[in-house]
Amino acid sequence: MTVPAVEAVDVWRTYELDGVSVSALRGVSLTIDQGEYVAVIGPSGSGKSTLMHLLGGLDRPSGGRLVIGGRDVTTLTAPELATLRNETIGFVFQAFHLLARTSAVDNVALPLVYRGVGARQRREQAAAMLGRVGLGHRLHHRPNQLSGGEQQRVAIARALVTEPAVLLADEPTGNLDSATGEAVLELLERLNAESGVALVMVTHDQEVAARAHRRIAVRDGLIRSDSLHDRPPSDGSGVPATLDPAPSAEPRSASGSGPGHPPGGPGGAAGATGRLPRAEERPRPSGRLHRGDAG
Amino acid sequence: MRLAEAWRVASDALRANRMRSLLTMLGVIIGVASVVILVAIGTGTKQQVEQQVEGLGSNLLLVVPGRIEVGNAPVVSPLDLSDADAVSRVVGDPGRVAVTVASGATARAGNRSDFTTVQGVLETTPSVFTRSLSRGRYLTGADVDTSRRVAVLGDSVARALFPDRDPLGQQVTLAGVRFRVIGVFAPLGQSLGVDRDDEVHVPVTAAQRLWGTQRIDGIAVKAPDRERIDELGDRIVAELSRRHPDTEFSAVTQRQILGVLGDILGVLTGVLAAIAGISLLVGGVGVSNIMLVSVRERTREIGLRKAVGARPRDIGVQFLLEAVLLTSVGGLTGMALGVGAALLVDAFSPIPAAITWWSLALAFGVSAAVGIVFGVVPAQRAGRLDPVVALRAE
Repeated sequence: MTVPAVEAVDVWRTYELDGVSVSALRGVSLTIDQGEYVAVIGPSGSGKSTLMHLLGGLDRPSGGRLVIGGRDVTTLTAPELATLRNETIGFVFQAFHLLARTSAVDNVALPLVYRGVGARQRREQAAAMLGRVGLGHRLHHRPNQLSGGEQQRVAIARALVTEPAVLLADEPTGNLDSATGEAVLELLERLNAESGVALVMVTHDQEVAARAHRRIAVRDGLIRSDSLHDRPPSDGSGVPATLDPAPSAEPRSASGSGPGHPPGGPGGAAGATGRLPRAEERPRPSGRLHRGDAG
Repeated sequence: MRLAEAWRVASDALRANRMRSLLTMLGVIIGVASVVILVAIGTGTKQQVEQQVEGLGSNLLLVVPGRIEVGNAPVVSPLDLSDADAVSRVVGDPGRVAVTVASGATARAGNRSDFTTVQGVLETTPSVFTRSLSRGRYLTGADVDTSRRVAVLGDSVARALFPDRDPLGQQVTLAGVRFRVIGVFAPLGQSLGVDRDDEVHVPVTAAQRLWGTQRIDGIAVKAPDRERIDELGDRIVAELSRRHPDTEFSAVTQRQILGVLGDILGVLTGVLAAIAGISLLVGGVGVSNIMLVSVRERTREIGLRKAVGARPRDIGVQFLLEAVLLTSVGGLTGMALGVGAALLVDAFSPIPAAITWWSLALAFGVSAAVGIVFGVVPAQRAGRLDPVVALRAE
C-alpha cells in the first residue's frame, strides 16, 4: 500500500482570542490517499477552512499529529513548511489569487521560482501546463485580460505545475457562473484522473460535493461523516450521505476507489438528483467561455 | 529564490507604482544631492583657500604678538619699526622683511567713497608676499623714509573710487588726509567671501602718522632657507621676546596656517554634510513609510507567494531589495543632480565647488544603507506574515 498523501490523527486547532480559547477543530482524524477525489463540506464556521489550511500546510495544529507527504508538520520550521507546501501541495482559491500585472505564464511559473528552477525552464514548464488546462493560446495575457474561468484555470495550472501530491481547492467555483464553474470542475476532475493528484475540494455547494468520490462533512470542528461513493451520483444511483450523523471513525482506504468519476463532458453532472436546489439552472446553455478547451 | 529573481520582482513592483516610487525617491534624491553639493562647496572652498595660502609662498614666516590659536583674544602689539630692524638683522637681509599696521578707514575721491582697509607697509611687501601691479608703481624706500603720502589701491578700491577714469596721479583722502595714487594692484579675487582687493597700501611711516602711533601689527619674513624656516622663526621669536619680555610672540609658517585653516574648513564641510545627511535621513523615513504601505497593500500577494512555497526569507529579501532599489536609484539620481548642480555653482557663481570621489561614494553608500536600515522592519513584517491571515486580507 502506498503512503497516504495526508494523514491527520486527532488534530486540534485552537485560537487564542483576547485570552479566550476557541477551538476551530476538535480532534479530527482522516487520511487522504494519493489520487483521491474528496469533497469537504460544511457550513461556514464549521472548521472546514481551518481544516483546509492545515491539510495544505499553511497552518500547524495545536494538538495531534499531521503528516503531509510523509513529514510531520508539527516538527517543521516555517521555512521547511514553505518548502513542503511548494513540493507537495497545490492550492486553488475561490478568488484565484493571481498576481495582477503578471502574465499567465509567469503566474503559473511562480511556484517554480521558489523551487529555484531557472527562468527558461520555468517558462517552458508553465507554458506546457497552461496547454494542459486549455490556455496554450493565452500565455502572455494578464489576469485582467482573461475571463473568470480562464483566470481560475491559470490558477489550476499554477497549482499543478509543481506536480504536487495534493490539490487543495477552496470553493474553486464560488466566484464563477454555473456554466464556467462546471467547466472548471470538469477540468479539475480530468486532471485528478490523469495525473493521479489527490483532489481535495472544500465547498458548501452540495451539488458540487456530490460529484466527489468521497465526502467529508465537517461541523463544529468535528468530522460528522466521511463516506465513500464508488460511483458518482451523476449516474443517478447515489444519494450523497452528507448529513450522516455517524462519527467518522470509519477507517477507510480510498486507494481502491480510483479515479473513476464521470467523463468530463459538459453537463456531465446534469443527472444529479432533483432535490438539488439549483438543478433547473444548470442546463443553461454555455455562453461565452471556453468550456470546450477543457475537453 | 534567486537574487536576480528578487531584483526583478522588486523592480516590477516599483514600476507598477511609478508616481509613488518617484515621490518616495524624491526624498532620497534631495538628500543625496544636497550632500554632494554641500560637500563639493566645502571641499572647493577649502581647496581655494589652501591654494591662496600656498600662493603666499612656502617660505613665508609671519611673526605676531600673542598666540595663533582659535579663541585667543588679539594682543595689543608692542612692536615698532625698530623691532623690524632687529628682525632684519636676525634674518640678515632687510629686503626679506615686511611689516604691516592696518586699520579700517574711509577712502574718498571726489564725491565717491569706499570703506576699506588701509595698510601701512614697507617697500619690501610685493617681494615678500608676491604681489603684482596692474598699473603704476609700488612704494619705494624713499616713500617710506620720508613718510610720503602716496597710495597703492587694491583693484576693488580703484574701481569704486575711479569707475570711469585713470586713478594714477589722482588724489584720495584716507581718514581725512590726502594721498596721491601711484599704483593699482592686479586683482586677487575673493577668499571665503572676503574681497582681497579691498585694500590700500601706504608707507608705514605715513600710516603711523595718520593714526598717531608708533606701533606695527606684525612682521612678515620671507625665509631664505626653507629647510631651516622653523629654526629662523625660533630665533626671531627669541630676539623679540628679549626686546619685549612681557609679551609672547608667535612665528607661524604657511604650513601651520594651512593646518589651522584646514581644520576649520574641515569642520565646516563636516557640518554641511551632517545637515544634508539629516535630509537624507528624512528621505529614509519616507522609504520606510512607503514600504510599510506596500507590505500592507500586497498582503494577499505575500500570502499567495507563501502558499506556493516562498519562505519567510524569500519575502523579506524581496521587500528589502525593493527598499534598497528605491534608495539606490534615488541615490544615483541625487548624485547626478548634485554633481550637475555643483558644476553649475562652480562655473557660474563666485562659490567654488569641487567634486570628490569619496563624497560620491559616501552619498551612494549611505543611501543604499538607508534603504537597508529603513527597509528591514517592513521586510521582516512581510516575511513573518501568517499565510492564512495574509490570504484572507482584503
